[in-house]
Amino acid sequence: MNLPRPHLYGLLGEFDSPKQLMDAAKKVREAGYKHIDAFVPFPVEGLSHALGLGRKHDLVPLLTLAGGLGGGLTGFFFQLWVNMYAYPLNIAGRPLNSWPAFIPVTFELTVLGASTFAVFGMLALNKLPQPHHPLFNVERFKRASNDGFFLCIESHDPKFQLEETARFLQSISAQHVTEVRDED
Amino acid sequence: MSAGDTPVNSPEIRRLARVLEPGHSYESVTDKIASIVLTRPVSIGWLAGFSIAFTLMMVLMGSIAWLITKGVGIWGINIPIGWGFAIVNFVWWIGIGHAGTLISAILFLLNQQWRTSINRFAEAMTLFAVACAGIFPLIHTGRPWMAYYMFPYPSTMGIWPQFRSPLIWDVFAVSTYGTVSALFWFVGLIPDLATLRDRATNKPAQIIYGMLAMGWRGSARHWHRYQSAYLLLAGLATPLVLSVHTVVSFDFSIAIVPGWHTTIFPPYFVAGAIYSGFAMVLTIAIPLRAAYDLEDFITMRHLENMAKVMLATGLIVAYGYFFEFFMSLYSGNKFDMFLVQQRLHGPYSSYYFALIICNILTPQLLWFQKVRTNVAALFVMSLVINVGMWLERFVIVVISLTRDFMPSAWGRYQPTFWDWSTFVGTLGLFVSLLFLFVRGLPAISIAEMRELVAHTSKDHE
Repeated sequence: MNLPRPHLYGLLGEFDSPKQLMDAAKKVREAGYKHIDAFVPFPVEGLSHALGLGRKHDLVPLLTLAGGLGGGLTGFFFQLWVNMYAYPLNIAGRPLNSWPAFIPVTFELTVLGASTFAVFGMLALNKLPQPHHPLFNVERFKRASNDGFFLCIESHDPKFQLEETARFLQSISAQHVTEVRDED
Repeated sequence: MSAGDTPVNSPEIRRLARVLEPGHSYESVTDKIASIVLTRPVSIGWLAGFSIAFTLMMVLMGSIAWLITKGVGIWGINIPIGWGFAIVNFVWWIGIGHAGTLISAILFLLNQQWRTSINRFAEAMTLFAVACAGIFPLIHTGRPWMAYYMFPYPSTMGIWPQFRSPLIWDVFAVSTYGTVSALFWFVGLIPDLATLRDRATNKPAQIIYGMLAMGWRGSARHWHRYQSAYLLLAGLATPLVLSVHTVVSFDFSIAIVPGWHTTIFPPYFVAGAIYSGFAMVLTIAIPLRAAYDLEDFITMRHLENMAKVMLATGLIVAYGYFFEFFMSLYSGNKFDMFLVQQRLHGPYSSYYFALIICNILTPQLLWFQKVRTNVAALFVMSLVINVGMWLERFVIVVISLTRDFMPSAWGRYQPTFWDWSTFVGTLGLFVSLLFLFVRGLPAISIAEMRELVAHTSKDHE
């Protein structure tokens, strides 16, 4: 069969437990691979550290802060504008800028802004929704949402050599080392 | 601990301390929870329960249609009792919602492992309770099709909402609460939707769960951001849940009506909300674990802990009742003192005594471990507390309004058939949504249960 070979995404190795995966991730990093990712059915503590993902990868808190500040400031100054300029109501001579009364709405809008930014920011940074991904072509990858712990070395890694990398994955006790391919 | 390890290590104590029964693997928890949604056939019990709930939901639809046709005059409300059932039910439902957020957010921040298997359906309960709550103020406006007036929008009339009014704060509090609860719930669901997508065998299920899972593949990079977003949401939802019932209590306490105008209302309302919410979580959890054999996941430890939270919040509520009473007498204000007398001897005193029995006396049985670990007793007690908390709102709304300042302005309140049908109808809506939820989405968080398996197996090594 001489069909055109679909584009190679990377090599996927499977591990039995989170601990094995963590050890493997460290070894892969020590071997000099940079474009790697792990796929796990639940968050494994320390895994992102073992893969070399530092805090700098996480923009979610900053986005949340921005959303909260944006929501709160908009909420407060909007109420101020409504009460002082757009629709001033003189009720028993009370001041138009009755700011303590604006706090509940300001608070709610702070929380609303921060929460929506946290959720949609997280999804956007994760590039989700992404219905198709080459990994979904691998039959065994279904276990990544059940009891499988996977490590993938991507083909655009400068150290990536198909045979050599596959052998390396087997040497660190990965099972079912599979080529991940995708049609372009 | 020099007493030796016998009492601490006795089999009975270990049984009660478990948050997950032993012998579970990642795969077995996945299988067990996902099978309820994917493979289990529809049972007669489910069909029967759903049919009853759905019928009641149709009663709600009919009642709302009749209300819109005839106006709020079909209810028992009139001057001076303009609030009646609509507000009683609104406060009751919104309070029930609070336990879901408390379990999912506050217990998460406090790192309580026992939250794991109850948070998902408690959050669903929150959403459905908020949906039921939202209906009432809306239809109580009289012209619900004009409800958008409550939101600030650039109208051609040049008018804006009155932002100094607690009723407008309520609009923002409840709509924010609904939105944030939905987001929190959905974020928690994403990994489980991916599990269902990968395990579904028929095409429609694969497509629906696939779309909802948005291509989640469990990447370590994704989990990293996911966890920080989840933690931040928990941190945001915590003050939010406290603010919502505080704002609801402002609806009352900003007014000068005797019995409403007190500073104890915000904390007392929040405690009451959590109290009724935990009662409702128990009302749902006990049949759920029996119907779907989830005793391994929702263990005695969960039920007992919830009972303890009920006891604690119940005592705060009792403290609230006592101080309401005390402050009325201590203030020397004759209208406040008259209100106390009305509660004890007035036309609605039977409601007040029923409230004391349901909310203060009955829960004292929870001091005994025998009661806390007796599933049937807990179930009955959770129903009693639900009733009690409804009575509390009835007492607050109705007794204060019937006899306020001027005897010439006094009145009586008699709920009509339509008051009852609307209330019972929302119960139908709530239960219908729960039935659909149990069969359509994992009622227990699968990803978090796998994490729990990892933690508990580590402890045993």
